[in-house]
Amino acid sequence: MAIALKSTGPRQLKNTLARWLITVGGISVLFTLVLIFLYLLYVIKPIFESAKVEPVGQFEIRSTSPILSTGIDELKEVAFQINQQGEINFYQLVKSAAHEKGSLVLSKNLLGDKSTDSTTLVNVVDSGVENKLLLDSEGNVQLVAAKFFSNFDTGTREIIPSVAYPLGEEYLEIDENGVAFSQLSFGMDDEKAVFVGFTDDQRLIKTSLIAEDDFTYDSAYETIYQEIDFPVDHIDEILVTPDMALAFVRSDNQVYVYDLDDEDVVELKATIIPALEQSSTKPEHLTSMALLSGSSSILLGNSAGNVTQWFEVATDNGRQFKKIRSFKVSDNEAVSAIYTEQFRKSFYTLTPSGSMGVFYTTSEAELWRGQLTPKQPTAFAISPRADGLVVIENDLLKIFSVKNEHPEVTWSALWEEVWYEGYPEPEFIWQSTSGSDDFEGKFSLVPISFGTMKAAMYAMMFAVPIALSSAIYTAYFMTPGMRRKVKPTIELMEAFPTVILGFLAGLWLAPIIEDYLPAIAMLLILLPISVFVTAFAWHKLPKKIKAKVPETWAPMILIPVLILAASCAFLLSPVFETMFFGGDVRQFITNDLDINFDQRNSLVVGIAMGFAVIPTIFTMAEDAIFSVPKHLTSGSLALGATQWQTLAKVVLLTASPGIFSAVMMGLGRAVGETMIVLMATGNTPILDWSIFQGMRTLAANIAVEMPESEVGSSHYRILFLAAFVLFVFTFIFNTFAELIRQRLREKYSSL
Amino acid sequence: MNSWFKSGSPWVWLSAGGVSLSLISVLGLLWLIASRGLSYFWPADIYQFELLDEKGKATTVIGEIYDRERIPTKQLSHLNLGFDPAQESIERLLVKTGNRELVSLDFRWLLMPQVTKMTKPAELVVIERRTNGNFYGYVESIVLDGQSLGLEKMTELVERVEDFQSEIDELQKADIGAINYQIERLRLKKRKHKLDDTLTAERENDIDQQVATLQAEYLVLEKQLMIIRDQVSRDKLVVRAMGGEILQINFENILNVTYNNKLSVFGKISVFMTQIGHFLIDDPREANTEGGVFPAIFGTVLMVLLMTVIVSPMGVVAAIYLHEYAGKNAFTKLLRIAVINLAGVPSIVYGVFGLGFFVYMVGGSLDQLFYAETLPSPTFGTPGVMWSAITLAILTLPVVIVSTEEGLSRIPLAMRHGSLALGATKAETLWRIILPIASPAIMTGIILAIARAAGEVAPLMLVGVVKMAPNLPLDGNFPFLHLDRKFMHLGFHIYDVGFQSPNVEAARPLVYATAFLLVTIIVSLNMTAVSIRNRLREKYRMLEH
Repeated sequence: MAIALKSTGPRQLKNTLARWLITVGGISVLFTLVLIFLYLLYVIKPIFESAKVEPVGQFEIRSTSPILSTGIDELKEVAFQINQQGEINFYQLVKSAAHEKGSLVLSKNLLGDKSTDSTTLVNVVDSGVENKLLLDSEGNVQLVAAKFFSNFDTGTREIIPSVAYPLGEEYLEIDENGVAFSQLSFGMDDEKAVFVGFTDDQRLIKTSLIAEDDFTYDSAYETIYQEIDFPVDHIDEILVTPDMALAFVRSDNQVYVYDLDDEDVVELKATIIPALEQSSTKPEHLTSMALLSGSSSILLGNSAGNVTQWFEVATDNGRQFKKIRSFKVSDNEAVSAIYTEQFRKSFYTLTPSGSMGVFYTTSEAELWRGQLTPKQPTAFAISPRADGLVVIENDLLKIFSVKNEHPEVTWSALWEEVWYEGYPEPEFIWQSTSGSDDFEGKFSLVPISFGTMKAAMYAMMFAVPIALSSAIYTAYFMTPGMRRKVKPTIELMEAFPTVILGFLAGLWLAPIIEDYLPAIAMLLILLPISVFVTAFAWHKLPKKIKAKVPETWAPMILIPVLILAASCAFLLSPVFETMFFGGDVRQFITNDLDINFDQRNSLVVGIAMGFAVIPTIFTMAEDAIFSVPKHLTSGSLALGATQWQTLAKVVLLTASPGIFSAVMMGLGRAVGETMIVLMATGNTPILDWSIFQGMRTLAANIAVEMPESEVGSSHYRILFLAAFVLFVFTFIFNTFAELIRQRLREKYSSL
Repeated sequence: MNSWFKSGSPWVWLSAGGVSLSLISVLGLLWLIASRGLSYFWPADIYQFELLDEKGKATTVIGEIYDRERIPTKQLSHLNLGFDPAQESIERLLVKTGNRELVSLDFRWLLMPQVTKMTKPAELVVIERRTNGNFYGYVESIVLDGQSLGLEKMTELVERVEDFQSEIDELQKADIGAINYQIERLRLKKRKHKLDDTLTAERENDIDQQVATLQAEYLVLEKQLMIIRDQVSRDKLVVRAMGGEILQINFENILNVTYNNKLSVFGKISVFMTQIGHFLIDDPREANTEGGVFPAIFGTVLMVLLMTVIVSPMGVVAAIYLHEYAGKNAFTKLLRIAVINLAGVPSIVYGVFGLGFFVYMVGGSLDQLFYAETLPSPTFGTPGVMWSAITLAILTLPVVIVSTEEGLSRIPLAMRHGSLALGATKAETLWRIILPIASPAIMTGIILAIARAAGEVAPLMLVGVVKMAPNLPLDGNFPFLHLDRKFMHLGFHIYDVGFQSPNVEAARPLVYATAFLLVTIIVSLNMTAVSIRNRLREKYRMLEH
């Protein structure tokens, strides 16, 4: 018989095929969820990766004299070196149509016509990416710039190097007496160049070259010489900030900060005296100094292998340079050199043994540490895009690639207080964009996570009492006929688009609450009281009327009562306002209580979002209470308990896991709600529980900032992280709630 | 009293209060949106106010009353308006005065004590215009082709302009739009051949010739357009504003001339209906703050339809698997948790996922593969209607699954057994017996999904909705359905006009009207779904007995 019934051939094939298709379809749901999870993770992952520094190639350079400086073009195709003989040599790093890999592309003597055979370069000072200040043995000073142009004539890209003289090919007369310098530093833009130098005859001078027109078109300038008073007899290092506002002058273990902005006098603005261990056998001393990008921070390296960051902070005694943070760069070696990136706050440190460290100041991140060369390189440069290094050691020019996309993001930068430049103390700040170019993004997730919690909390405070009491009444006390009508009506709330709730909250409710604040407060008291009064009145009614209007009509009886109570509250509101708050509550709150009052505040969000959450909690809690087995309640009632006692002691107790999971689901919904918060608050990322202030939530933050964030940037990935946090958060809530519900269902079926 | 408290009755009443409060809020909200939304279309009376201010200067204000409120006299005391301080509060009116070319603001507050006279002259007229908003005032005369005439010909002239305007629209959008579209396609074709190295001289010549023909056609149409434009701006209406200024309004700017104060109740109803009609089928004007919402309706419907096509089979198949095939094991439990989580994940997360995965990753790859000729401007690698539909399909998937599964679980086992016992395979049972019976449940799920999708805004802000789309995603140019285009959406329209428009006060009634439209659509969809489900439950109950 069994054989006869068994379907065969194409029908069986179809059956199997259908089974497969449907199984794949079913599993695709799980697949989708996992895909979302993994994709979010995939986008986030790079921000938590450390930097990678890898050698990509090296060339032997046949230089007869020591090398002083090096550099590389933006695309990392051509590198150059400047040697003591005053030659600049450009080398091809990748094979191109015109040049082999490693070949010498261009070689040029940079020493001027007046030089003799014995003239050599003694020092090359860097400023910016391309400007190199050359100091020769005769005391002459010259500014050159290595320029690179892309040429597409041959069909492929060819980088053509050249040498430019931004301030003219003549020697620069930095010192009016023509004395050579032992230390010289400078900063320049299109209109001005400022040099601060220490001459061989012990003078500290400032020389400004003011462009007659603009240095990019015309190198003509006029010169202003100034002498600077200084309290010590020798100087080890000078740095001028790129914006030419400050000069940092290091003499032994002290750094003198001079203000260069003043045209007439150069004044000593501050003295930085870092605390150094002096008592031990090996006294510490400063070994190096560098300016951080943005030119407001200075980094000091010492002989114990520490780098400290200093910047100006507003204190009670005015602005002062303060030590902000320190980095352990090496365990036993001195920090012999610090190099900083042009646009970001990363820095590279070198020690005499050639070990290199990569750090990021704001996030206090140690990104990389390792041995670059067997000993400290003779020249070192960071590529303009900060994605590579060029290092010269002996006769080898080595190229390293640096993968360091998101140094500013670390776990501590996201979740802990960070001391940003210009701020008086460490703070939690979310400020992702700004108008200025050298702006540093401040990505603390704390204020927006806090905002999410705050919004959800106020919403729950409004929603939970209403939703649960409605659920209890609807499931337990209501007649089936009324329940059939009431339940779908309340559930209709769920269908309301949140954009409409947000719009009403922002443009209708917020002004009302602002105008009738006392009424809102009164409602809290007036509504329950009016309910009790009505209940008591009904209780005292004669039996005859009671029979006609049974207690099961309570919700209907209460509708006009509540409306009446609410109108009373609103009518009395202006009276209250004049009586107790001098006519204007808002002014009272801001002036007398000294609390900030936003029109779109947490109260508005709480009510509007509470609305969105009520149906979620109501439906699930109602289901849980309604499906409590009838024999449990019957048993309790038969033993003489009142309806209320049965409800409180039996029904609610049995259904409590279900009610709990309903509240969890509601919370999950409140946490992720976007439009209401977006429209009903001012979206300011603040850390304040005040009910009269707004907040910015994770979800609203994504909606506001995602459209304008650059794909692949740290900001973009952090927004994905915010989404991921939301995802995980709601995942935990929902999974937990669902597990509780599944268990409850099993329990009910076994009862 | 004490025993009454002990009986627990007050607490029962308190919980009943919760129900009442919920009901009040739902119904109150519906009423609020309906009343505010519908009053936007109702032709309001136009008043003429004679004002006398504290310095004894008399002015006339003409407009619609928008809002009225009482404010404490104290709040105005710093203005020294000379009101009786004994009077605690005074009434003030918000009046919409329109005439944007004369005054900078459309609205103005009038203090009731300063109003000396308030009349409703029958001759007052409201003129709805294409630019500068409404005009309130008196019509003086009509200038037809340079000659001054009486007012008899007004309706005729308004209609004449309307005909011309629709002709212009037709020419601009359909004919000239099509030519531009074809020229663009030819340019891309040329570029593609160039990229593929298949551009022969012959092909290039051919394409260039086609472009030349199209350009010639364009010139002809442009000439036609110029002629109509000349025609349309022939006549002018001379009007007098509230300050006595005489203005000329060109008929080409006039949409409607209504004597609101002259209208009978039926007249008003007819204006009301026409206004609703215009709202539904017109394009928005003045940065979305006036005119209709047709593109938004169209975009919402199209996106939701696309989404339905994707979500229905996926959801139904998943539900069938969960209910008919999945065993009672840990994996099924995991699947159910996945479904619940898909329903609970915040919608903005779907938006982020859609933007990153669909738009940038999938869309970006599609562009590289198939639309290389348009690069660097993206085709699918940018938010668009297709990505929105797919993103919302994932979002609404659990809605369809839950609803379908509920339907499946209500079908008595006996029916399956019967079919199987007669020798049908499981697939046949499903296809012939189960699915037809469960179809109303599936329908319910799909309707609920549509309702959910129609109201969702947050993810769409990331994956395809725009403030103003120049073209509908569906038009007369091949391939007719442009899945890569961005679209407008009713929900986003509410957000955008209500919160991002330059003149929020003036735009607010329109937002209420849009909100009413959206709520009507969604509530009726939901009620349909619920009633289908209820009828279904009854049917199953009968099947069981």
